[in-house]
Amino acid sequence: MTATTALPAFVPMGGSTLGRIGRVLRTDRLAAIGLALIVLVVVLAVFGPWLAPFPAQGYGETNVADRNLAPSALHWFGTDQLGRDILSRVIIGTGPALTISLLVVAIAAAIGIPLGAIAGYRGGWLDEVLMRITEVFQAFPPLLLAMVTVAILGPSLTNAGLALAISWWPWYARLVRAEARSLRDRPFVEAARSAGVPAWRILPRHILRNCMTPVLVQATVDIGAVVLAAGSLAFIGLGAQPPAPDWGLMVAEGRGQIFTAWWISTFPGLAIFVTVLGFNLLGDSLRDFFDPRQVKR
Amino acid sequence: MLRFLASRLGTAVLVLFVLTLVVFVMSRVIPGDPAVVYAGPKAPPEELARIREKLGFDQPLIVQYVNYLGGLFTGDWGNSLATKRPVLDELAIRLPATLELLFAAMLLAVVFGVVLGVVAAKRPGRAIDGVIRFLAIGGVSMPAFWLGLLLQVLFVGRLGWLPATGQFSTEVEYVSPVAHVTGFPLLDSLLTGNWIAYSDGLAHLVLPAVTLAAYPLGLIARMTRASMLEVLGQDYVFTASAFGLRDGLIRWKLALKNALPPTMTIVGLAAAYTLTGTFFVEVVFNWPGIGQFAVGAMLAVDYPAIMAITLLGAAGYLIANLVVDLIQARLDPRVRLS
Repeated sequence: MTATTALPAFVPMGGSTLGRIGRVLRTDRLAAIGLALIVLVVVLAVFGPWLAPFPAQGYGETNVADRNLAPSALHWFGTDQLGRDILSRVIIGTGPALTISLLVVAIAAAIGIPLGAIAGYRGGWLDEVLMRITEVFQAFPPLLLAMVTVAILGPSLTNAGLALAISWWPWYARLVRAEARSLRDRPFVEAARSAGVPAWRILPRHILRNCMTPVLVQATVDIGAVVLAAGSLAFIGLGAQPPAPDWGLMVAEGRGQIFTAWWISTFPGLAIFVTVLGFNLLGDSLRDFFDPRQVKR
Repeated sequence: MLRFLASRLGTAVLVLFVLTLVVFVMSRVIPGDPAVVYAGPKAPPEELARIREKLGFDQPLIVQYVNYLGGLFTGDWGNSLATKRPVLDELAIRLPATLELLFAAMLLAVVFGVVLGVVAAKRPGRAIDGVIRFLAIGGVSMPAFWLGLLLQVLFVGRLGWLPATGQFSTEVEYVSPVAHVTGFPLLDSLLTGNWIAYSDGLAHLVLPAVTLAAYPLGLIARMTRASMLEVLGQDYVFTASAFGLRDGLIRWKLALKNALPPTMTIVGLAAAYTLTGTFFVEVVFNWPGIGQFAVGAMLAVDYPAIMAITLLGAAGYLIANLVVDLIQARLDPRVRLS
């Protein structure tokens, strides 16, 4: 921690960002697997209501006559203790899981990026204050901070999302600040400054645009991390509440029957794992490719 | 060195101080009337008034805060609402179980993580490297609570090899109870030669430790691989192999020794993150530690307990980070502590 210095700003390597990502996917099989998993999850999230075999049960309609059925041709993932088709619940749950995760990352980035850019570019007391604030936040495992916040605000999916965003923004602030600091004294920024371009135009044009690659790589990993965190919160009762088709909640609901009806917990948990794995595989490859020196946190 | 330590400890104290303030304000302002939280929604008005006076809620917030801070220093962290016993006592009796679990998990993660990392670095880009990378990222992506349940289904339900939950079997607690020596149950059973309890405790430890180890193991394997590759590219490794040193010797002694400092950094950070992991693993395995207590406290909105856990968690995290910095400076003389 003490030894780490600010990362050198990303040096463009030629070709568009999309072209470079294409190269990663062609050369790295795990990245391709990751992208395939992400595409699968996104398709399920968007078309879930049409793809689920029993959409009404996915949203919570009970069917007590068919409870705790083992996986079969009709119910691929079996049914839960209220007779709901687990495949449908898992598919319908994809939308909310991805939405909340995207929102959390978007809010964290929307707070962290401008603060980090201004602090890194301006320096001085503003930078000092901001870094002290982020240090306080980071003196704490993000998930524990989120748990405490939800416990005090009251358990719900909204509060869980809010708590996660509060715990996540400092990471973006620090990431962008480090980039902005190293960009600040680069010739093209100095040229703009000496030509009289005001800071409010330099920041978006020269600083933010050149920080975007590491931010996007981080966001890729974080979308998965937030799915995992939100699922964990729901599992212990501090996230989505019944009868929401939430993956973490569904794992918790099946826990009591784990030895008699293993499928109730197994498949929703698998959905979390597959989603997080997809984002982590892709994010890890992108990070290796764009900045091999960066240590994962 | 001393100056570094002093400044880091200063920051740590400041951080903890700010945390007490934030958590205190959150716990007093957000829920509305804390006396209602304490007494329950059906309590009569005179009961509420009595509680307000007894717990000092009728005083200005700033006075309450000063009293709370004073209590922190004198060892009075308040009573748990759920058990009505001092929070510090509740945490103290549960800490050893959590530390034993954490230690076992980190031991597994370091041993297997380093070995996998070194093996992966032997043939970068080849099949074995890809498999290990997939496993490492898989470990990091795995929801701990889900992995725990899967292991229970397999090793308890199907195979019947291991016990499902708890730290010791109920029979063992009656037939061959663990005598108190250090307070760490498994260690005490070993020290007192209580083999029945020791083997029973070990069997109970396997599944939760493996579950908890998945995440740090993945991180450590990735980090070891990366730093091994860096070290293996150095001139002195080339020289050593030119002098005819055996490949295994170069890899496992020469290179690994120099690849360890960055790995140690990630071990510390991974341990700090694994702290949170214990919450979920302890719930799944009914492990009698702090994590399980913490989850219960959060669900029951047990403020004194939540505040104590917050402080303890932050302190543990800060200490882990500090230890990482110190170890790193020790292993790598180029690191300047400033």
